[in-house]
Amino acid sequence: MSSVDVRERAKKAEKKPSAIGPDIDLNAYSVEVKEHGKIQKLKNLSGEVKEKAISVGVEAVEACRSGSFFQMDHSVILSSAYKSGLEVMSSTEALKKYDWLQDYWWKAVNVDADKYTAQAELKQNHGYFLRALPGAKVEFPLQACLYMTQDGLAQNVHNIIIAEEGSELHIITGCTTAPGVRTGLHIGVSEFYVKRNAMVTFTMIHNWAEDVEVRPRTGAIVEDNGIFLSNYVCMKPVKTLQMYPTAYCVGENANVRFNTILFAREGSNMDVGGRVFLRAKGSRAELVTRAITKGGDIVTRGHLIGEVPGIRGHLECRGLILSEKGSIHAIPELEGKANNIDMSHEAAVGKIVEEEIQYLMARGLNSEEATSVIIGGFLDVEIKSIPEHLKREIKKAVRMGEERLL
Amino acid sequence: MIEVKNLTVSIEDKRVLKDVNLHIAQGETIVLLGPNGSGKTSLLKTIIGIPEYKVESGMILFSGKDITKLTIDERARLGIGIAFQRPPAVRGVKLKDMLRICMEKRGDFKEEKINEFAQKLNLFNCLDRDINLGFSGGEIKRSELLQLLAQNPDFIMLDEPDSGVDLVSINLVGKVINELLEKEKIARERTKAGLIITHAGFILDYVNTDRGCIMLNGTIICSGNPRDLLEDIRSKGYEGCIRCLR
Repeated sequence: MSSVDVRERAKKAEKKPSAIGPDIDLNAYSVEVKEHGKIQKLKNLSGEVKEKAISVGVEAVEACRSGSFFQMDHSVILSSAYKSGLEVMSSTEALKKYDWLQDYWWKAVNVDADKYTAQAELKQNHGYFLRALPGAKVEFPLQACLYMTQDGLAQNVHNIIIAEEGSELHIITGCTTAPGVRTGLHIGVSEFYVKRNAMVTFTMIHNWAEDVEVRPRTGAIVEDNGIFLSNYVCMKPVKTLQMYPTAYCVGENANVRFNTILFAREGSNMDVGGRVFLRAKGSRAELVTRAITKGGDIVTRGHLIGEVPGIRGHLECRGLILSEKGSIHAIPELEGKANNIDMSHEAAVGKIVEEEIQYLMARGLNSEEATSVIIGGFLDVEIKSIPEHLKREIKKAVRMGEERLL
Repeated sequence: MIEVKNLTVSIEDKRVLKDVNLHIAQGETIVLLGPNGSGKTSLLKTIIGIPEYKVESGMILFSGKDITKLTIDERARLGIGIAFQRPPAVRGVKLKDMLRICMEKRGDFKEEKINEFAQKLNLFNCLDRDINLGFSGGEIKRSELLQLLAQNPDFIMLDEPDSGVDLVSINLVGKVINELLEKEKIARERTKAGLIITHAGFILDYVNTDRGCIMLNGTIICSGNPRDLLEDIRSKGYEGCIRCLR
């Protein structure tokens, strides 16, 4: 499909609302913003930007990162790889550099899925291109930060992530707003290509302002023996967040796992899911969600589609309601289209069981301490196969949210 | 050490304890016998302070202090410990975390003690597991005792520590209960006291108790030598107690 065809399809979908989630008036957000100048090092960022970046796992000290990408509003102010075998640049630059990138553009996500994907095509403001070359294995993660400084701005990014055969790529992405920004729209298309025997771990931490609307659109294509592990943490307020990342296990023994940790305060509306198409023998998927509301509304979805024999999948969703207001709606779906498949789900939504609090109190904790320990335990999703320092980042982001819970 | 005076307790308007009186001195261990639903567990839960158990009248004194209105954690920090009969599972909270909490709250946290205690109860393999989640009946009982070892309370209440425990483990359980209650010391040198509920009485083969009490319909109806009482119950059942009351 030519780029002209892609744009035509996008134009046709310009007004197409998303199948789920509150509709957004895209015209309410500005697409004009001043350009920001490039920087050489992340340490050159101002103190307040650094602080916000750290809150989403993006470190100004680059020693324990293998590369960095920083986009402020519509300007890519820094992109560099510190290790060989990795490529980090803006996706627009990569499109110019590599003709073959057209073969990956809008192949894991449909350009005409809805008006948000359409806007990402028609009014794209960069995004990142991250690639691990064949066989490259880098322990330290690549980090990417998408940062918004202007109130009322729409940021429309298109990211492409490619792990070539036999490579291993760990990514941490933080999305956040500058202090003082209240409203905004973030549309982030992310397309992942995990080739044979490759592995991608993708940890995304969101820390938005209270009136920001967020529409990530993610697709991942996983080939033979490929592993795609996605961790998503949103513990801070957001006006509306709707995402339904979808992975396609197209190769034998492809393995996908989505871990999602959500906390919605009053005024936050989150509709977050995960969907995996299991299309090849031996492919596996596991979706794990922990959702907490203290007044906000959460819809948590999971959908496994088993299309061939010999696949396995499991969905797990646990929700905790900590206040009179607020709701959690868990929608687990299993769709089996072949024999000899193994798919299951478990979902539980409720409040903290009083008996558990009393149990901890009998060991000497007061009621607040006991509640805190139980919430900490509830959010402690076992995350395997990611480097220790990424686990620490996830724990840090969760802990910062927990402080607001109590 | 602990004195229960004229205690009457109800749950949701149902009376579960009626005018209970019980005194347990420092160094003493009492075994509480009685049929299902007689109020044994209710008494333990009232002493630890579970709020659903509403004290209508009477009081509980611990070391001379009225604790009737204290919260569970205040009682625990004063030195009252309990091994629950059916404790809840707490997801994400590891047994190891609980041991740390138990020690910290009694002001004596030592990392190396965790392994030492776990070894005593053969629970190494459970330390990194979510507490009580998927534990076998025997593991739950041993894990409760493990937490008490870490907590080191002065007054120890054990709710059926022998039920669901296999013959090998009951030896371990008995040993640890004796250690908790300082049974190696002579009675007047002990600083601990205990109250044990048993249904089948197996634990009495491993732990020496000083006195037995029989509870029926929410009241302690008699007390005496624990072995004699158990023998009577084994031969005549609790029917014998009911006849005795008439």
